[in-house]
This record gives sequence, C-alpha cells and structure tokens, in this order.
Amino acid sequence: MSERISSEEISATVRSAVEGVFSAMLQLPLEVLPSHEEAEEAESFDGVVALVGIAGSWSGTGRIACSPHFACRLAGALLMQPYEAVDEEVLDAVAEVANMIIGNVKTSFEEKLGPLGLSIPTVIFGRNYRTHSAGIPNWTVIPFNSEGDAWHISFCLIPTKMQGHQAPRPDAVHVS
Amino acid sequence: MPLDVLIVDDSAAIRKILHRVLVQAEIPLGKVFEASDGVEALEKLKVEKVGLILSDINMPNMDGIEFLGRLKADDAFKSVPIVMVTTEGSQAKVLQALQLGAVGYVRKPFTAEQIKEKLAGII
Repeated sequence: MSERISSEEISATVRSAVEGVFSAMLQLPLEVLPSHEEAEEAESFDGVVALVGIAGSWSGTGRIACSPHFACRLAGALLMQPYEAVDEEVLDAVAEVANMIIGNVKTSFEEKLGPLGLSIPTVIFGRNYRTHSAGIPNWTVIPFNSEGDAWHISFCLIPTKMQGHQAPRPDAVHVS
Repeated sequence: MPLDVLIVDDSAAIRKILHRVLVQAEIPLGKVFEASDGVEALEKLKVEKVGLILSDINMPNMDGIEFLGRLKADDAFKSVPIVMVTTEGSQAKVLQALQLGAVGYVRKPFTAEQIKEKLAGII
C-alpha cells in the first residue's frame, strides 16, 4: 500500500472526477486552472462550501467552495430550472455535486489504498466564516473557472495513523 | 399496466432528476414515490406497492445495502426489482449489492440515457 499520494496525483484525480460530473450531468463550461498546495485557509470566506469526509486506513476531506451565484448556476444546470437565490434546493444540489465528485475521487483512490468510506455531505452557506480540519497539514487546491465564475476544490488525504498527526476530524466552522 | 416506482435517495436533487428521467423514459409509468433513506422507504412500502425501486447506497439512518438486504429477506418484497443508483463505486460494494439481489447498478454521475438503457433491460 502506498504511503504517499502526491499533490499532482490528487489534482489529476479531482480534475477527472469534475470533468465526469460536468459532462454527464451539468453541461457547464469548465476551465481547469493550475493547482497549488496550501496550509489552513487563512482568509474568511463568503459563499457556499460543501464538505465530504473520507475515512478508512486513509482519511481526509474534500470541499467545494463557490460563490452564491455559481451555486445557483450549478443547481440550475443540475435541475434544469433557474435559481435566483440560494435556497434549500440549491444547497442540496451543491451537496450532491460534491458527493459525486468526492465520491468518484474516493473510488479512484480505493484501487491504490483499499476500501474507504464516504460521509454524508455537509453544506454551509454564510458570510465571513472559515473552515478548519484538525490534523490536516496541507490541502491541494484545484481552481476552476466556469465562464467568469471562479470556484475551487480543496482536497487532502493522509494515512489515518500518520506519525505526528491525528487523523483529520470533520471540519469545524469559525465565524468571525 | 402502469409501473409504480419508488426512488430512495437522501438528495432531493437526485430524486427530482430520476423522476424526470423516468417520465422521459417512454415506459408505462404510474405513480412515483420518494423516500430519503431506507427507513422511510420501508415505511412507504408498507402502504404502497411498487414494481421497481431505484436506491442510493450512502444514506443516513439506513443505507441502501441494509435496505436491499431487508427487502430481499421479506417475502412480500423480494420479487421487486431494485437498481442501485449511487456514487459508491467500489467493486466490493457493487458485488455486495448484486449478491444481495440488486438487478442493476448505475454509478453517479449518470446520463439520462444510461438510466433508460438500464431500465430497458429490466422492465
């Protein structure tokens, strides 16, 4: 069993999953931008964040972060009806998109890492908040642009018994 | 004879999409019932008879594998065909679902055509 998954491998797997979901169910334009690694999100965030946890011999979190406007576009494309403001249906749609993307990433990594579990998605909508996952040293951030709407996926996956670190726990939310 | 269908998924968005695909699928569709997890689905089946079930796997309260197992262990429901429509793509879960009696397995994301093709082979 591999003891390390590179940021490049994570980026490629996430991009492939995003392209699969976008082509099959959303038909939205998608521009893939260069990925990078970062530590904890330092900036407060306004908008929608959907979180899906991965558990097993490796554990981690995938999170989609986007503006309220793009959340409405995602929901509109998925459900084939327009949304003017973020409501329960929009949040449910973003959660399901996150579930499909992170779920497919999980399935891809299972070939290398063995069986992994997937949590039920959690979605947060608000202003001026930060998310925090305990025990995660670095995130791979994969940005996208969909016709002027910038959004990104952050993903981390580390061995559950990684020396010197606790396994990641579900994200906590800090509102400033 | 119209086919009554039960859609089981914790995502209202997916229930809505599957409902739309069923309407478009050119099958003799009757009533479409919805449940958000296995517990709610079993409750629904106590009062409604259906000829087909589409079920997710990863759901709160009772997941799709446990729901499938309970369904197939009950003489009243074991003949109802059930297709798993799920993000869960591990070979172990696919095999488990098929061994428990699922007649089909569709991975999310799916296209309307994939669902229609799967149903055409079952109905």
